[in-house]
Amino acid sequence: MPIQLLMPALSPTMEKGNLAKWLKKEGDPIRTGDVIAEIETDKATMEVEAIDDGTLGRILVPEGTNDVAVNTPIAMILAEGEDAAALKDGKSAPSRAAAAAPAPSSPLAEKGREEASPAQQQTGAGARPASPAPPPPARPPLAEPDVPQGTEMVTMTMREALRDAMAEEMRRDADVFVIGEEVAEYQGAYKVTQGLLQEFGARRVIDTPITEHAFTGLGVGAALAGLKPVVEFMTFNFAMQAMDHLINSAAKTRYMSGGQVDVAIVFRGPNGAAARVAAQHSQDYSSWYSHVPGLKVIAPSTAADAKGLLKAAIRDPNPVIFLENEILYGVSSPVPKLDDYVLPIGRARVVRAGSDVTIVAWSIGMTYALKAADDLAKQNISAEVIDLRTLKPMDVDTIIESVKKTARLVTVEEGWRQSGVGAEIAARMMEEAFDYLDAPVTRVTGKDVPMPYAANLEKLALPSVAEVVAAAKAVLYR
Amino acid sequence: MAVARTKQVDQIADERHLAAEAAAHPGPIAEFTKEEEFQALRQMLLIRRFEEKAGQMYGMGLIGGFCHLYIGQEAVVVGMKMAKQDGDQMITGYRDHGHMLACGMDPRGVMAELAGRRGGYAKGKGGSMHMFSREKNFFGGHGIVGAPVPIGTGLAFADKYRGSNSVCLTFFGDGAANQGQVYESFNMAELWKLPVVYIIENNRYAMGTSVSRSSAQSDLSRRGTSFNIPGSRVDGMDVRAVKAAGDEAIAWCRAGKGPIILEMLTYRYRGHSMSDPAKYRTKEEVDRVRTEHDPIEQVRARLLARKWTSEDELKKIDAAVRAIINEASEFATNDAEPDPAELYTDVYR
Repeated sequence: MPIQLLMPALSPTMEKGNLAKWLKKEGDPIRTGDVIAEIETDKATMEVEAIDDGTLGRILVPEGTNDVAVNTPIAMILAEGEDAAALKDGKSAPSRAAAAAPAPSSPLAEKGREEASPAQQQTGAGARPASPAPPPPARPPLAEPDVPQGTEMVTMTMREALRDAMAEEMRRDADVFVIGEEVAEYQGAYKVTQGLLQEFGARRVIDTPITEHAFTGLGVGAALAGLKPVVEFMTFNFAMQAMDHLINSAAKTRYMSGGQVDVAIVFRGPNGAAARVAAQHSQDYSSWYSHVPGLKVIAPSTAADAKGLLKAAIRDPNPVIFLENEILYGVSSPVPKLDDYVLPIGRARVVRAGSDVTIVAWSIGMTYALKAADDLAKQNISAEVIDLRTLKPMDVDTIIESVKKTARLVTVEEGWRQSGVGAEIAARMMEEAFDYLDAPVTRVTGKDVPMPYAANLEKLALPSVAEVVAAAKAVLYR
Repeated sequence: MAVARTKQVDQIADERHLAAEAAAHPGPIAEFTKEEEFQALRQMLLIRRFEEKAGQMYGMGLIGGFCHLYIGQEAVVVGMKMAKQDGDQMITGYRDHGHMLACGMDPRGVMAELAGRRGGYAKGKGGSMHMFSREKNFFGGHGIVGAPVPIGTGLAFADKYRGSNSVCLTFFGDGAANQGQVYESFNMAELWKLPVVYIIENNRYAMGTSVSRSSAQSDLSRRGTSFNIPGSRVDGMDVRAVKAAGDEAIAWCRAGKGPIILEMLTYRYRGHSMSDPAKYRTKEEVDRVRTEHDPIEQVRARLLARKWTSEDELKKIDAAVRAIINEASEFATNDAEPDPAELYTDVYR
């Protein structure tokens, strides 16, 4: 049966084109690869090439015809052994593929939906439901693990807690290894990997050259192969060089593979301002990473959370961004002495109960929040302080529960104000807790400037306890 | 049926002759048995017919977005596939359909993915540039130029870490060869003696920019020199030359000698993507390669010259391959789109 030759789409956006020229006449034999016609689009002149052998039986659209819609039959091809008589009985075999593609005049295509190319509209028109996207799945509740009564607490720095977490997971799983700049022989630029080389050897504790872009990609490759890399960035400022692999290679691969490939990898290191290191070494990336589907983002403020969450991150089958803080490395706090202290990712904690106002923070933001709560208490204001601990997935439920009680919310972060994590929390409260609020959600943030070097300006650029106190009083109209 | 091919209007192309260039770097040629010749022929034909069909389906609107066809370059991946062993991994960029088919992935699943259907390798979520098969050790399918190079280096890192004796075949193009991350990867691969074969598929044009216009050192096999990584130039249009070079390179890696570079001199007949007007090269240049160096025609000519086959048998082989491709096309066309509930699955495990 003769085969219809259809007007091809030559780009993702092409809807019609001009049939500029026929290079074969009716009756001409055609071999695979022969150029049969030339088509002009708004971008270029393109050639139409045969992919079957046969004879050009009949030209349906003469040359010089403008605005021929994609998928319009433009000629009939006779298969080998067929003669022109086959055209006369009026029957043709629209190619199987063509038959399944609705005609370009389908209503959906004519509406010219912006989000889909004409080609996509045509394929989708028959099958795509007109309904909006389904809602995202509900958030499952998470339970905090029980720390048995009488458990011994050991006071240690966050630096030691992080090291212990890595060491424990490396003892537990031979696929876990640590890689980054100065993690081995130097014992870590901030001494977080101290002793790991001595215990686990150079095969599993690996110093890299100063090449963030490729060692991040290399880590992703190792994770694709099923290993569990812990990639240390000397600081997250340098991870911007590796952003493509963090987002395009690590975060998106599971989805792009239809769930076939896991990328179980942890990227960790200090994030945010240290002290007096100025603009290029003092950025808070909390909101950047928490924007990205496919990533989990953790930012602990205590040694215990750092240990329990880093162990959870290393066991997690997804890519995890683990944001530490240089100033918190040396701060000591109690850690439960348990064989395997693992915390759930995605669970905030109410650190201090209160009734008048809720303050939400994470990482170093917690130092401002807790001091402000102390100050507020002296002014007879009872502040509830929530440590978010995980930024993505965000435990919005815990914040809402608190807001139901206090009706007022202040967020604290060192990151920039515009599009910050506080902005996200405020929006979520608008959407999910509007009726519980008695005042607008108020943000205390870093100022929208690159970090200055001068000590006084640096101090001004960062949030302060006084700003948190002022914000809390403002939402209380006091 | 019809697909788009580019029309060459302006003559600003790089006029260097493919044959002269390849001849200047004579490498070993593998002596193929009759079986190997047929194997190479079938595999290359499978890729070519698949790509022709994909181009046709794109023209009909059944495939959307970007679609980069491998036509002309078939000998590279088929020769390397013939040199590799089962545990060895493969990874490449966005011109990836040929690599998937060479790895043994089902043409139906690949075509269904191109069409965005639920039976595709990524359930319709990845598309032309993003497909994986754990089973076949194919690790993508990556849309960002140069990105597969450190990832492939990491796959090789895992091979060494585990002592698996496997090798990672990391493919990238002449365009990617100018990416900084490639050299960061070379450095670590040689430093740590990782078993990775870097296969530079030099098809002469990074989108529309010829190698001579983009590369200060246009002998890409020498791009590892400053890292002490050996490299050689290979006639990437001759599947026997690719196989021979692949055998040597893979043996080098398996012996623990670290990475090695193979620059495959090859050519893509079609545009960079489906919408490429390709004004950067002449029609004569394309036609010369097609008529004088076509990788598939070379095998057919050898088979006929040695009287290992007949025109009739070759026609039957072509018909059998077309049947496979038509079935894949039919499957892809009739398969359903992903269920709307799939929107939120596979983001996290």
